[in-house]
Amino acid sequence: MKKIIILTNIIYIILSIANPIFAEENYLRVDKVSKNLRCLICQGQSIYDSQSDFALSVKDLIKEKIDEGQNDDEIYNYLKIKYGDWILYEPRLDKKTVLLWLLPLILFVFGGLLIFRKVFIKLDKINNDKTL
Amino acid sequence: MIKKKLNFLIILSLILFVFFSLLLGLNKNNYYSTEKIMNSKLENFQGVDLYSNKNINFSEVSRSENFTLINIWASWCLPCKKEHAFLLDLNKNYNLVMIGINYKDNIENAKSFILNLGNPYDFIIKDYKGFIAIELGAYGVPETYLIRNSNNEILKKYIGPINEKKLKEIKSIIKK
Repeated sequence: MKKIIILTNIIYIILSIANPIFAEENYLRVDKVSKNLRCLICQGQSIYDSQSDFALSVKDLIKEKIDEGQNDDEIYNYLKIKYGDWILYEPRLDKKTVLLWLLPLILFVFGGLLIFRKVFIKLDKINNDKTL
Repeated sequence: MIKKKLNFLIILSLILFVFFSLLLGLNKNNYYSTEKIMNSKLENFQGVDLYSNKNINFSEVSRSENFTLINIWASWCLPCKKEHAFLLDLNKNYNLVMIGINYKDNIENAKSFILNLGNPYDFIIKDYKGFIAIELGAYGVPETYLIRNSNNEILKKYIGPINEKKLKEIKSIIKK
């Protein structure tokens, strides 16, 4: 009997410690997800920053979906279907956004190659001049 | 020499591309609306009736007519008062199921709003968390959806109050 009481007490203590940790973790996830969502009715504010009715509802919904066990991508996808890509500050990589994602990379590589070539050609010239 | 010319042409075309992309971006309207983002089909949703507290299922209540009009409203929303007469007109003269989604409202205020202005809705669903509005892809009040019941297709989505022009458009669709 004593052992059972001790065991239930231990379980209770573990749960009472773990519960706020999980709750805290969920709140942090709500913040993280809502920071990547644009408030559609506010100028330049994220869902996280805004106190509009729309933003508050979305934050509540995110919390509910996290409690249901959905991951971040599932939540983003749900809201994307309802409101379009515009609601995401960081749009997912798909057919429509491929140029948006790849263009900076292409420009960076292209620019880097140009600089690389210029510098090396100059260095080569200097080296050649020196050897002459 | 050819190499230099080629380099020059590549850089020039790149600058022109960036310039015209930005120029086109400047002329683009920054106002964002979800009116055009219509999910081809409305997913079934359910909620609790404002008066009876009974569960209301969209697919069940929309069966009786060819079209359903879903209107998101609240007693604290001034434009909702403005559009109310148009909704009453629709309910009185046309065969369509009218569902009101009462958005983030006080229950007593919502009831007195309907009592004072008349009830254009066949069903009023409570949405105190705003989740049904999100399910419908709405971001404020008032918003109105016209649905074809045979396939749950969203025919029209209006953001802002119904006015004379929108009313005419709805009438022309449901008369067909």
